[in-house]
Amino acid sequence: MSDTTQSAAPEDDTAKSIYDELPDAPPKKKLKLSWTGKLGVAIVAFWIIMVAIGPLISPFHEADIIGDDSYLPLWSTTEGEGLHVLGTDYLERDIFSRILWGARTTVGISFLATILAYLMGVTAGIAAAVKKGWTDMILSRINDAILSLPTIMLGLLIVVALGTSIPILIGTAAIIYASSVYRIARAYGQEIMVMDYVESAQARGETIWWIIFREVLPNAAMPLATDFGLRLVFIVLFISSLSFLGLGIQPPAADWGSMVRQNLEAMQTATGYGILAPVWPALAIASFTIAINLIVDDISAKSGGDLAKKMI
Amino acid sequence: MAELFEIDNLQIAFRKEDGTPVQIVKGVSFNVKAGQVVALSTISMATMAYCRPGLHFPGGEVRLHGKDVLAMEPQDQRAIRGNKVAYLAQSAAATFNPAITIGEQVTEAAVLHGTLSQEEANIRAVELYRALELPDPDRLGHRYPHQVSGGQLQRLMAAMALVSKPDLLVLDEPTTALDVTTQIEVLKAFKKVIQEEGSAAIYVTHDLAVVAQVADHIVVLYSGEVQEQGPVEQIINNPKHPYTKRLMAAVKPTPTAGMGDTADQKHDRDVPNIEVKDMTAGYGGIVNGKPAITVLRDINVKIKNSHVVGVIGESGCGKSTLARVMAGLLPAAKGEVFLDGKKLEADLKHRSQEELQKIQFVYQMADTALNPRQLIGDILGRPLEFYRGIKGKERREEVAKLLRLVELPVEFESRFPSELSGGQKQRVNMARALAANPEIMLCDEVTSALDSIVSSNVIKLLKKLRDQTGVSFVFISHDLSTVGSFADEIVVLYAGRVVEQGPVDEVLAPPYHPYTRLLISSVPELRVGWLEDTMQKREMAAGIARGVEITDTGCPFYNRCPIAIDGTCDKEIAPTREPTPEHYISCHRTMEEINEIEQNPQQILHGFEKAAPDGDKAAKPV
Repeated sequence: MSDTTQSAAPEDDTAKSIYDELPDAPPKKKLKLSWTGKLGVAIVAFWIIMVAIGPLISPFHEADIIGDDSYLPLWSTTEGEGLHVLGTDYLERDIFSRILWGARTTVGISFLATILAYLMGVTAGIAAAVKKGWTDMILSRINDAILSLPTIMLGLLIVVALGTSIPILIGTAAIIYASSVYRIARAYGQEIMVMDYVESAQARGETIWWIIFREVLPNAAMPLATDFGLRLVFIVLFISSLSFLGLGIQPPAADWGSMVRQNLEAMQTATGYGILAPVWPALAIASFTIAINLIVDDISAKSGGDLAKKMI
Repeated sequence: MAELFEIDNLQIAFRKEDGTPVQIVKGVSFNVKAGQVVALSTISMATMAYCRPGLHFPGGEVRLHGKDVLAMEPQDQRAIRGNKVAYLAQSAAATFNPAITIGEQVTEAAVLHGTLSQEEANIRAVELYRALELPDPDRLGHRYPHQVSGGQLQRLMAAMALVSKPDLLVLDEPTTALDVTTQIEVLKAFKKVIQEEGSAAIYVTHDLAVVAQVADHIVVLYSGEVQEQGPVEQIINNPKHPYTKRLMAAVKPTPTAGMGDTADQKHDRDVPNIEVKDMTAGYGGIVNGKPAITVLRDINVKIKNSHVVGVIGESGCGKSTLARVMAGLLPAAKGEVFLDGKKLEADLKHRSQEELQKIQFVYQMADTALNPRQLIGDILGRPLEFYRGIKGKERREEVAKLLRLVELPVEFESRFPSELSGGQKQRVNMARALAANPEIMLCDEVTSALDSIVSSNVIKLLKKLRDQTGVSFVFISHDLSTVGSFADEIVVLYAGRVVEQGPVDEVLAPPYHPYTRLLISSVPELRVGWLEDTMQKREMAAGIARGVEITDTGCPFYNRCPIAIDGTCDKEIAPTREPTPEHYISCHRTMEEINEIEQNPQQILHGFEKAAPDGDKAAKPV
């Protein structure tokens, strides 16, 4: 019956605008970011570069204790040592240098852990939504068990049992946060599974992999990406909590989360601009997460979001 | 008498995203007197009816009791809304909050505006329920929206709008989404209540046949301008403007024998293309071949090769379930489905790819049937690749052919579904089914979400496809006129059973099954006074305002049938009669009796005594 479609040529006047020749292959739709999206890309790129070269260009070593003045205000100098762009912390270390060094741990570890959490959570969540029945039941109950434990306690337990190393830290954070990602992914997956286009794919006889990767995931991607930035902040805070308890990043290594915590007392004890000591690492965290969200928002607006608005 | 409501040279515009203003209403003027019903028609009508945020008014005045509403402060406008002016939306189902009782929602506006106390409002609401002929008016307020039928909900919305005695009622296509039989009951109630309340109304619709029944005065709008206005008789009987004439032509004809455009028989074969035998299906767990909720009972349907079979019935009668059983989306509890004489597995998971390819399902809502994250080219290309192994450049060429076949530009291949209009999406939806090279296409209400002009184009396209490809169609619809103009055969479903089936010209000519008779009489005619005339008819008196009861024993239509035989029809399953070959009617009455009754329309039979709306029997919540 393949000839039936061929015999059909445009025949009436509505066919005027229709090409007889096949047009050139359509250009790949390019993603054009707005200035906010570009700003986000720039900030994220900056921090990723700092992960690579931060320690090389920083004026001091992260562990250097300089002089004997803690909580120096920004742009102050210590004799014989040099300029402290953002002042010093409670142990008289250079905050600017520690932020540059800390990028490696915070951006590296948290980012990796978030990505890992997403890989695990989304795969399991969507699989549960698609397979339903027993698969869903087993995965969901395991997940409930993880969710029911306090995150810090669970993290402590794993880290104490397996020892503190960076791979274990990443793995722990990923497992703990994968459970909340799982919940969201499963909920979106279930919502998409009842759409007619999924049923249509099932009726066509498509495999489960096609349904997961071509029908469900692309539609769940945007809401999940929006959640990504939020989840990243949680993981940064989680790792800094562990560090605070001495089980995360081992001092004197710097990470932004613990820098905020360790310098909080400056708010009470320091004088002048010295009280800003915890603000700088906090700003660093904020800049990174906001930048991620800017990119995500921009992509979601460009790919369908604003088009959908136009159609209404 | 002073004008109640005046619109003077009104202009409405909105801004596109780039800031350029687009004018939708370009200087419209008309007046509404107290107690008058004015009908507006077509494009930009909804905009006129309800000023959405984001719109602005470059010019003109809207005066209520002589005061300019547009110049008012927002809080003063709010005091008018729902109080002096009430708005009735298109979809009652979307208007009611499912978590709050009906009574509370109906009285809310009046209590909120302080016009009535809660007690007064409750009394007023019960009066309105009675005026709107709703069942069990005293207790209706305690029910939840899901406990009443769609037509009742639509009438309840009228109660909601009328409770604070508005001076002006704006009705926005309030019957468009309803079945014909429900539409009649709603129209009748609206007309009565508007007359009794003496409030003025603006009735917005594109359906002139409906307008002819309710309006005193008609204003025809097109592209934001008044084309023609005048008293209803003048517009209906003597339209001047070409656009009005086009609207009149778009009114669906009363279904009659011979209206159709049946296929030539060149593709005929002996074996039915698809056949359903003794099938029972429903939802919920299956115990002893009986599902928890039975939707279809003992269905026997044959669909011949390259025939178009229309499946017709009210919403909830099991039309879609029938198609879903054929497609294997819903395994039947009992009975078999045959494709080309070969038995099919009930569940599509066990059907072969070839069998899946031969039966394609076209969904009602193109919006949810097309993956919003796939390009049209991929949506159409996938079945080509999946079933027929067509890849690469060849696939693009085939996609282009499919797009041309459904009369869409080839460049659509690189668009997402959200970049297409509703009618275009529905064409893509059909093209996807065609891409599989099916033998049979199951079309589930494919035109009901579209406006009348787009839907007639879709029907034209289906006719073309039938003639060119020899595909069989199962065309599911609640619209008898559409089905009658296109199908070769009609299957009439009522409450999960086939009550009549046969060639279109036989089904649409006497002898009719009493339910088919009711359906045919319910299609509005473009004639002033049609509603009153029809309400006089026997079948209307019995059939309207009474709900569908799904029964295990007897004829399902018993409680609405004007010619039912007490003691027989409610106890025994109706025998299937065959007045002409392949035309089946399931009725206890013999064909001679049915013909005789048809010729004596005045004869009063069973049903008239039941005709008065009796609260308990009418529309049991399902």
